Amino acid sequence: MRVVADAWRYLADPAHWRGDGGMLDLLLEQLLLTVTALGLAVLLGLPLALWLGHLGRGGVLAVNVSNVGRAVPTFALLALLVTMDHPGTSSFGPYGRAGLATLIALALFALPPVITNAYVAVRGVPPEAQDAATGMGMSGWQRFWRVELPLAAPLVVSGIRLALVQVWATATIAALVAGPGLGRVITDGFYRTDYGKGIAGAVVVALVALVLEGLAALGQRAVTRSSPAAVGAAP
Amino acid sequence: MRVTLLGDLTLRVGAAGGVGRPLAGPVGGADDEGPSCYSRLTNEWFCADYLRDRGAEVADATVAHLQITAAAIVLGLVLAVPLALLARRRPRLEGPVLGFSTGLYTIPSIALFPLLVPFTGLSATTVVLGLALYALTILVRAVLDGLRSVPPEVRDAARGLGYAGGRLLLQVELPLAMPVLIAGLRVATVSTVALTTVGSLVGHGGLGDLIADGVTTNFRAELLTAAVLCVLLAVVLDLLLVVLQRLLTPWTRSRTAAVEVAQ
Repeated sequence: MRVVADAWRYLADPAHWRGDGGMLDLLLEQLLLTVTALGLAVLLGLPLALWLGHLGRGGVLAVNVSNVGRAVPTFALLALLVTMDHPGTSSFGPYGRAGLATLIALALFALPPVITNAYVAVRGVPPEAQDAATGMGMSGWQRFWRVELPLAAPLVVSGIRLALVQVWATATIAALVAGPGLGRVITDGFYRTDYGKGIAGAVVVALVALVLEGLAALGQRAVTRSSPAAVGAAP
Repeated sequence: MRVTLLGDLTLRVGAAGGVGRPLAGPVGGADDEGPSCYSRLTNEWFCADYLRDRGAEVADATVAHLQITAAAIVLGLVLAVPLALLARRRPRLEGPVLGFSTGLYTIPSIALFPLLVPFTGLSATTVVLGLALYALTILVRAVLDGLRSVPPEVRDAARGLGYAGGRLLLQVELPLAMPVLIAGLRVATVSTVALTTVGSLVGHGGLGDLIADGVTTNFRAELLTAAVLCVLLAVVLDLLLVVLQRLLTPWTRSRTAAVEVAQ
């Protein structure tokens, strides 16, 4: 139990938070990574999945991408990217050492929940609503924009929320391959047998994960409330 | 034990696997064969020599990986069933039970293992416990959904035939819940195989230990072999569970067949 006291002492020392490579610095770096990777995944995956859902094609791909994502260990993919000649451990702007490799891995692991949820969401729009839209003379694009997308929004957002949690976790694992972010506090602590430091890092990572999840849940609630799916279902 | 000097240049001091890597030349082979494909000079991704020379080490890691995964899944299942039954018996507990396990799932694995270290130390138990907690999240939901998928009229009919309590659960409800339960078990198993690698943080990551070593010593053959084995392991276990489900629920098979014939 002495390690718990060590961890507390590490957290309580402001010197560990401030400055270059301090925990605040690493926290910001990891948040930046997370947001960028999630943004990339949404930008690439969401239009594709929504379009496939609208056409009702490519379902096998959209659903199986999640199964593949689950079976490939994050750690293994990160390790492969870092050991390859490119991107390797090269620094990438504000993302730090092995920044590009980490970004690629994070975005790849954010894609499955985004794609699967968005596809399933659009496919799940009641056929009556789609028929009604077509009956009203809407074009395919209008039907998608005014009927399918609003009805699918809650599930789409829930996929993004899942992806956010996933990306934060993956970003932490990046430290196992000498990548950027807060995970480095954990791995440094463990590899140098300073377990108090490792546990302190874990506490910060876990707390931020819970805060992010909470914020995402709030965001999801806001979207769900404003969706016609909820308005229609309200008593 | 490893001593790391200047980043990538690594000295191995009595490593568990023994010899490390030759700078050039095959291990103990004839000199005219040139450098082995996993020597530091060539460092190829695909290398049969690596498997031949270090097969025992790879096999050990695979077995360790399987043991950790299996222990975690069994422990998760053992914990999940009573929790799900409790949540079903007392609906007021369902929210807290599901909320707690979902919150747990939010915590990254690499942060959960350190948080368990004060209790279980740097042991395989830490990894098994952490992975079991993740599996628990998926499994509690799967057991609950599975029991809910039992048609109420079947339950009523069984009650009418005198089934009650444990007998109703074991002989009627659980078999019918099996398809949903095993679907959850497949998801839990595949993600546990992948997550086990992170256990290398505390030195018990199965194939993850080889991946970690592959990164620190820039050893491509070792890294890729371990990564591929991880994915293979997940696929094989997933297929085994599909087979298990077919054996346990022969009626779903005939039903799908009947539907196919009807179409």
